Amino acid sequence: MTKRPDNRKPDEIRPMEAEVGVIEQADGSAMFKVGDTIAMAGVYGPTNVLPRHMEDPEKAIIRSYYDLYPFSVPERKRPGPNRRSVELSMVIKNAVLPSIFVKEYPKTQIELYTNIIQANAGTRCAAISAASLALADAGIAMRDIVSSVAVGHYKDQVVVDINKEEEDIADATDIPIAYMPRMKKITLLQLDGKLPNKKMKEVIKLGIKSCEKVYDVQKNALKKKYQNMGE
Amino acid sequence: MSELLIEEKNIVIPGEEIAKGMDFLPSTGTFREGESIFSKNLGLLEVRKHVIKVIPLKGNYMPKGGDDVVGIVRDIGFSTWSIDIGCPYHINLTVSDAVKEYVDLSKADISKYFDIGDIISVKVTNVTKSKMISLTMKSYGARKLEGGRLLKISYSKVPRLIGKKGSMIGMIKEKTNCRIHVGQNGYIWINGPAEGQSLVERAVDMIEAQAHTSGLTDRVKEMLEGVKND
Repeated sequence: MTKRPDNRKPDEIRPMEAEVGVIEQADGSAMFKVGDTIAMAGVYGPTNVLPRHMEDPEKAIIRSYYDLYPFSVPERKRPGPNRRSVELSMVIKNAVLPSIFVKEYPKTQIELYTNIIQANAGTRCAAISAASLALADAGIAMRDIVSSVAVGHYKDQVVVDINKEEEDIADATDIPIAYMPRMKKITLLQLDGKLPNKKMKEVIKLGIKSCEKVYDVQKNALKKKYQNMGE
Repeated sequence: MSELLIEEKNIVIPGEEIAKGMDFLPSTGTFREGESIFSKNLGLLEVRKHVIKVIPLKGNYMPKGGDDVVGIVRDIGFSTWSIDIGCPYHINLTVSDAVKEYVDLSKADISKYFDIGDIISVKVTNVTKSKMISLTMKSYGARKLEGGRLLKISYSKVPRLIGKKGSMIGMIKEKTNCRIHVGQNGYIWINGPAEGQSLVERAVDMIEAQAHTSGLTDRVKEMLEGVKND
């Protein structure tokens, strides 16, 4: 078995950190950090829908905006939405949507902003983990917390949470997975690349196991916010 | 066999299992799936006999019938006022629900009753499934609140601001010499001497930040007395 560039074990996630309530002006907010990747999420709402024709009389609509900050990547990213960020906004929205009781908030919208402060692979997963924390912090009714991690495959081995260095190895594939630990349901499974047929089961198994580790970090972050505040 | 998995007054997160078995009943902030009861919100767990409730620590106000709320007049229509009570929905208060006397709409200008920017105390009569909300002024305590200004607190912290049998709000009123009217939507109208108003503001901020802790009334009292003696 080949060694990973940063000497991690195949099932070892980079050090994680999570904090809730980092943006004072937002209704709910959270920061999620895994290794050198840092994601911030802010939630506003439920508020009235503008333009009015977009409102749904049965449920809330989620508006998701994902973006990289210009300074988050080695070469400056032009600010503003592009093809990649628009797609990832949709991916993040679809990953967190199954966890929200949207029918409790008819005719409203929930705005979800996820921004990457520092990028080192796995930004969409960090963004989903942060987004779910921010939604919970905003007091929105939810079935479960969504945890997310990217599983990678290169040189015939399955590893979890690959970083930029591993991502750039020839033939490396990453498979982002989002998972609801209590309901045992996968809300996101993407595969952009090649993966041997037989390995898929192994990938999902490792993904689920790792998402549970992410969940523990998220759970502690949510509980810590209010335990610290009472003197 | 039913059992409670988490003790009362603990912080629960969405999706956390609170109790197993059919002997417990899910109330607000919780839901049942299979035989277990789970939390819907990030909040404080409350257990009354066999009824399980989660009080959210944050969140926007969602109106329900019977609530006494404080609102601001945002716009005036031909025969209605549009009222902001801090919820995502558009709410109209009609002349017939607001004024006791007969109003001839072909002659009258209804801004003489309530004008834009006025603060009113009003009751929510009904909320339909499609969130059509009706208000009425024909209720005890519903009136125009003259002068003063508006403060805001999260609606879930209103019971804390009022306290047991009004202990907290009574104490704040007494220490600051202010008139205070709290709506269940978290809008607070205050009027009184300038020093008193700033004291109320500090007390409200304190309650907003520490609503989930115990012994809060004593700490707020200490703060108010401390500032006065300085």
